Amino acid sequence: MPPRKRLVIVGHGMVAHRFVQSAIDRGLTQTHDIVVVGEERRAAYDRVGLTTFFEVGADALSLLPTGEYDDPRVRLLLGAEVTAIDRDARTVTFPEGELDYDELVLATGSVPFVPPIPGRELDNVFVYRTIEDLEAIREAARAGARVGAVIGGGLLGLEAANALAQLGLETHVVEMAPRLMAVQVDDVGGTTLTRHVERLGLRVHTGAMTQAVLSEEGRVTGLALQDADDVPADLVVFSAGIRPRDALARAAGLEVAERGGVLVDEQCRTSDPHVWAIGECAAPAGVMYGLVAPGYTMADVVVETIGGGERSFTGADMSTKLKLMGVDVASFGDAFATTEGALELVYSDAVTGVYKKLVITDDGQRLLGGILVGDASAYGVLRPMVASGAPLPENPEELILPASRGGSSAGASSLPDEAQICSCNDVSKGDILSHLAREEEPCDSAACVTRCTAAGSTCGSCKPVVKRLVEDYFASTGREVDRSLCEHFAMTRQELYDVVAVHGHTAFEQVLQAHGRGRGCDVCKPAVASILASQLNHHVLDEAHRTLQDTNDAYLANIQKNGTYSVMPRIAGGEVTPEKLIVLGEVARDFGLYTKITGGQRVDLLGARLEQLPAIWRRLVDAGFESGHAYGKSLRTVKSCVGSTWCRYGVQDSTSLAIMLEERYRGLRSPHKIKAGVSGCARECAEARGKDFGVIATEKGWNLYVGGNGGATPAHAQLLAQDLDTATLVRYIDRYLMYYVRTADRLQRTSTWVESLDGGLDRVREVVVDDALGLGTELEAAMERHVDTYFDEWAATLEDPDKLARFVSFVNAPDVPDPHVSFGSTRGQAEPAMPDGPVQLGATIPVGGPR
Amino acid sequence: MTDTTSPATTVVCAVERIVRESGVAALVEGRAVAVFRTHDDEIYALDNYDPFSHASVLSRGIVGTRTVEDVEVPFVASPMYKQAFDLRTGQCLDDADVRVASYAVDVRDGVIHVGAPREPR
Repeated sequence: MPPRKRLVIVGHGMVAHRFVQSAIDRGLTQTHDIVVVGEERRAAYDRVGLTTFFEVGADALSLLPTGEYDDPRVRLLLGAEVTAIDRDARTVTFPEGELDYDELVLATGSVPFVPPIPGRELDNVFVYRTIEDLEAIREAARAGARVGAVIGGGLLGLEAANALAQLGLETHVVEMAPRLMAVQVDDVGGTTLTRHVERLGLRVHTGAMTQAVLSEEGRVTGLALQDADDVPADLVVFSAGIRPRDALARAAGLEVAERGGVLVDEQCRTSDPHVWAIGECAAPAGVMYGLVAPGYTMADVVVETIGGGERSFTGADMSTKLKLMGVDVASFGDAFATTEGALELVYSDAVTGVYKKLVITDDGQRLLGGILVGDASAYGVLRPMVASGAPLPENPEELILPASRGGSSAGASSLPDEAQICSCNDVSKGDILSHLAREEEPCDSAACVTRCTAAGSTCGSCKPVVKRLVEDYFASTGREVDRSLCEHFAMTRQELYDVVAVHGHTAFEQVLQAHGRGRGCDVCKPAVASILASQLNHHVLDEAHRTLQDTNDAYLANIQKNGTYSVMPRIAGGEVTPEKLIVLGEVARDFGLYTKITGGQRVDLLGARLEQLPAIWRRLVDAGFESGHAYGKSLRTVKSCVGSTWCRYGVQDSTSLAIMLEERYRGLRSPHKIKAGVSGCARECAEARGKDFGVIATEKGWNLYVGGNGGATPAHAQLLAQDLDTATLVRYIDRYLMYYVRTADRLQRTSTWVESLDGGLDRVREVVVDDALGLGTELEAAMERHVDTYFDEWAATLEDPDKLARFVSFVNAPDVPDPHVSFGSTRGQAEPAMPDGPVQLGATIPVGGPR
Repeated sequence: MTDTTSPATTVVCAVERIVRESGVAALVEGRAVAVFRTHDDEIYALDNYDPFSHASVLSRGIVGTRTVEDVEVPFVASPMYKQAFDLRTGQCLDDADVRVASYAVDVRDGVIHVGAPREPR
């Protein structure tokens, strides 16, 4: 076996991370030990998603949350700076020592370019590149900055402006070119974009040359512009482009390109055959690429080449698609129609702010490029059309007309197999089709394709096309995706919900007779029971419904592993009086119940025998408690912090709002459980963004987040609407929850439901905020009905001898507890003892009475 | 059905006491037995003990039908982990190796009597 070699990578950004992943995947670590030397203290993170940092935090951006690679042959050194390269000795130098290498890969990235203008060294002057930059900007905003100015109206500049606006700053964008995003869009596109951005409250100054950062007594006061009025600002962000970090390479005598960047060949090899450069520090054929996708390709090329393969980097698709402050912008191919004889096909709607331009060949046969502003949904189909040279359809204008005017999102099926669908991860249409058609475990959904091929996993812009390809494929193979609930109902839950509503069914028997077959099962019965309860809000234990209820609903309590139940009364918003807390303690003590505080700010009492539940609840109801619906697929809790009432940081009364919301939505039967939270300030102590809906107080009102989840697949709730007054907030939540109740699948939490909707969060916003379906009033009325008809299930059960009759151990021996249930103790409280087999009541086994 | 003259039967309850398509737990010779009534008023009795969860709970499961080899089999789904048991035999429909005891049942004058466990067939 040849001796193992060492490969050193300088830098640990997105491209270096891709390199390591690629090296592991392609087996390079079988011959090479890899040492990654990162200068930042943080492991690689998603710099493309930096703009979401304030929303999701640093952890969510990390590409390597564990801080190490699974492969033991990869070592990651963070916070370590390489100061020199000795190419003759093949070593790199740190302040602490040296490291030998056989192959050296430079992935040092770039630095923001700060033009040499007076005042650039002042406090409160920032760049926008790292998490630390964003943290510093946020600190400055907290310290009192009110007005921010971003120098640079390109892609990154607008992202920086978005960040400032998110922090609540009045935001100016100052761009030297006559329009925003001058590299990507033309004049009309730029004007359209400016209109969108200004509608969001930003001020745009184009054709404006910054001459100086103004200051008084060392404090930033604004920008001086050439031939224009000063722009007042107490915080300035430079975003005027980037420069490759090639100093290390220069010092080592490697060749660099005229405009900067380490000069490399098509294999990304520098002028030293054992030194390579990838990403933004590299300049293949003298050109630097400031996008992540070409960097990824360079990483793959070097891995292949060192591994003995043949692959070259011969330029990159500089197509861009992004969503900035809710505005879609895309630019691809020959966007400026520089090809000889190129024709332009333009669709522009100034009212809705949509501008689309296709650049086509003079014979009208092929697409060369285009620009999309305001609606870039066609990007996923158009970009691969350019790259593959697929023939244009007969009426190419249909590709950019809105659907209501004859356009369609189709076109994916006409692409050739070699068309690249995902440019971030270089996945072709053929790759996707092969995963759908393979013999062993073929992909059965778009999500599966994304998992298996990585298509759509980086920027996500090709997801609609992936979905389309999957659907087209299934349609072409005649495969029907079985969406039946179970063998008794050949419909989805949503279809069943509609059928029940339209026909006005009030009982499972009617639904089964009219739309099902057989006698039902443990899947369809609870599903129909939930649908009926959502629409009618009757008692779930009424005779027509009780046999349909799932385990926990059947006894209005949560079954535990030994067949006993837990009892959890509602403690709305987590607020409880000492008197009521004492009652909980007394009940727990008197019935010998194990007591634990829950994550939803309630008290759980565990170990109640079936036959004890009525007596326990009699005491609780008498003390003013009501059902907490911990057993139901329904609203659980609205967690809250103490808010502005007590907290010195609180800006709104989160506790009162939480109690109001919990009492509004309590008892609403839904496809799955619903958890919520309300935080009184941006510190987010109620962890509202881990909930199905979360509300966070702002100075001006409430921000509403939806689709969050804790548990096995954590998801941060996403911002649906901001600075709402309480009435609007409630209206939106009413609509959101009812839309969920109506359209989600059985046992689908809101996070996966939002994801599954065509259009995702945007779709939710259309329905809930924009009321695009005109459903708003109807959804609100449905919720109002629920609120008006709410009653406490446990109080009602205690009043009904017929319902109570079920709460017995044995129908023929109601006084004898089930001998199978027994308890041990741990830390002074009860715990279940689990016998190995059925326990028979008899002389040898002592039987205790009810504890 | 067992011999109606068999002395070793335990009175459970009136048929009417069990809502159609549900079960109750009964104490039979010191054992917890789950007694079910189907939509067509057949009465079946199985051990109440769920061998998957080791808890005495089968009587609290949802009763329904499942098509097995074109036959509509009445079953109860354990409330714990939802394994289905054939009400007629106690055979688990999700695991051929698992079976719970099934008991002889007799209905006299509208009253359910449960006898001894039946031998597996």
